[in-house]
Amino acid sequence: MVSHFELKCTTQPMPKRAFVRNASPSNKFNLSTAELKETAKMLRRHVITMIATAGSGHPGGSLSAADIITALYFRILRHDPENPQWSERDRFVLSKGHAAPILYAALAEAGYFPVAELATLRRLDSRLQGHTDRNLTPGVEMSAGSLGIGLSFAIGVALAARLDSKTYRTYALLSDGECEEGQTWEAALAAAQFNLDNLTAMVDCNGMQLSGWTRDIMNLEPLIRKWQAFGWHVIDIDGHDFDQILAAFLKADKMKGKPTVITARTIKGKGVSFMENNVVFHGKAPTREEAEKALKELG
Amino acid sequence: MAEASTREIYGKTLVELGRQNKDIIVLDADVSPSTMTNFFAREFPERFFNCGLQEQNMIGIAAGLAASGKTVFASTFAVFVVCRCFDQLRLCISQPNLNVKIVATHGGISVGEDGTSHQAIEDLALCCALPGFTVVVPADAIETAVAVRAAADTYGPFYIRLSRPKTPIIYPEGYHFTLGKAVTMKQGKDVTIMATGIMVAKALEAADILARQNIDCRVINIHTLKPLDEAAIVKAASETGAVVVAEEHLAQGGLGSRVAQILAKEKPVPMEFVNLGDRYAMSGKAEELLQRYGLTPTDIEELVKSAVKRK
Ligand SMILES: Cc1ncc(C[n+]2csc(CCOP(=O)(O)OP(=O)(O)O)c2C)c(N)n1
Repeated sequence: MVSHFELKCTTQPMPKRAFVRNASPSNKFNLSTAELKETAKMLRRHVITMIATAGSGHPGGSLSAADIITALYFRILRHDPENPQWSERDRFVLSKGHAAPILYAALAEAGYFPVAELATLRRLDSRLQGHTDRNLTPGVEMSAGSLGIGLSFAIGVALAARLDSKTYRTYALLSDGECEEGQTWEAALAAAQFNLDNLTAMVDCNGMQLSGWTRDIMNLEPLIRKWQAFGWHVIDIDGHDFDQILAAFLKADKMKGKPTVITARTIKGKGVSFMENNVVFHGKAPTREEAEKALKELG
Repeated sequence: MAEASTREIYGKTLVELGRQNKDIIVLDADVSPSTMTNFFAREFPERFFNCGLQEQNMIGIAAGLAASGKTVFASTFAVFVVCRCFDQLRLCISQPNLNVKIVATHGGISVGEDGTSHQAIEDLALCCALPGFTVVVPADAIETAVAVRAAADTYGPFYIRLSRPKTPIIYPEGYHFTLGKAVTMKQGKDVTIMATGIMVAKALEAADILARQNIDCRVINIHTLKPLDEAAIVKAASETGAVVVAEEHLAQGGLGSRVAQILAKEKPVPMEFVNLGDRYAMSGKAEELLQRYGLTPTDIEELVKSAVKRK
């Protein structure tokens, strides 16, 4: 068991912009691409520090999703960290619940709770549970951890927006492993059936799952054609390229009549050389030495 | 006390069984490094199928293999195979009475830091509700090995619940195990603690503490929750006049409920229940959680005293 230890994580203050509710673009941070890159790096450092301190957790799938989540929270989502229950907020549903650390890092830096609280990940009585918990964490929309469930929930949220004539968008982040679960494809059928153009799904296609490469375990390709056949508008991007990520979100916004899925090609463990494409770091905490090495690499 | 991993011994036992019987097939749902079915996968790749993140599909596949004459072991974490697949367990395995052995790891809250989503605390109630299922919760690694062998040798659906962390070894090598027969771990006359799984070791600890306070506890390991050893339960209740049931499970539908149902009819005595009550737990270290949610020897001790007082 890794004992609790101090790993100092440098945090620069987030640039703050004037925030106009209901205006567009209404992301309070509205960071530039260069700023997003720096922020993603900082969130990755948090992920390493948090998981190393906790002594358990899933670094690989947090790091692969870091750029998408950074883009969402600091440029795309209409949200108000001071008012997590704001009725007009865009909803972000983390379906791959084991990537909770990257979401917590984003929420903390956005101001939903103190950054210092990140050090409590996975500890008894912490608001930051091993997998997301809707009851405990400000800004967390749904409990997760059992894979393949989140897209259905997002459909319900998106349907409610339509019923209540609200303009918020619903976003759901899935893993490629989750595309093996039957429920994901039930949800895919339903979202298309209900013409949910206010729903954007993202698949973090890092090509790996717990026990190896997805293509060797349960091949999903051709994934684009599958989602298209299920009635979705598909945008295939490099999930570590902010220009592509931002362009995809804007394109999804404009699509009328069908839901959009962004298949984001990513690298598991992205940003830390010895974690990249290394299945060992799917669900293993770095040791102290490994964490220090990782933090150095992440500048 | 020496400790060993029940899932590791499961993995090793599967390999031995695979060598003896070529009709043994093993299925897993992307967690073979954790359930340790990967030992079997390495030795018998042609008889191992990683179904990926498809627990429900895996249960259907298991049923088809079993209906075609195979002895099928299907493994993943307890929450995913029981809670996610209950309908498949019911209509694909229980109702047609097929020869599928569900061996699930990560039972209970001792899963620890992964938290609520990964802690199976209702699995015993659900599996005991399936007609024809044999439900076993081994108390240590030694008992795990013999229980897994017994499952392979006995026709019909099984649910065997294992733990994530290593657990104390309480049995000697060569321990003789009989499915459905409770084991008296310690004789005693004042009260009987009936425990299952990791709570057996804790019950023995509690009995030691209580002995120093002149309370003579009998300790019974009920490794098989279904079919239940009714005779042993009624006998112990009659002879000691009070019963405490300890399990790493919700209050409803597990060992406590099952023992109470029998004793209500056959031999009502004062009873107390050591369990998780009616709530989800949270993330934390296994030992911290067991303490927070009332599953320690001290918790057993207190409830034993209250049961004895009510005699
Ligand atoms: C229903 C379900 N089955 C199994 C697991 C255990 N588990 C956790 S993560 C994981 C696979 C991770 O691969 P992927 O879903 O592709 O996530 P990523 O690579 O993005 O981390 C598994 C099998 C789970 N959490 N939920």
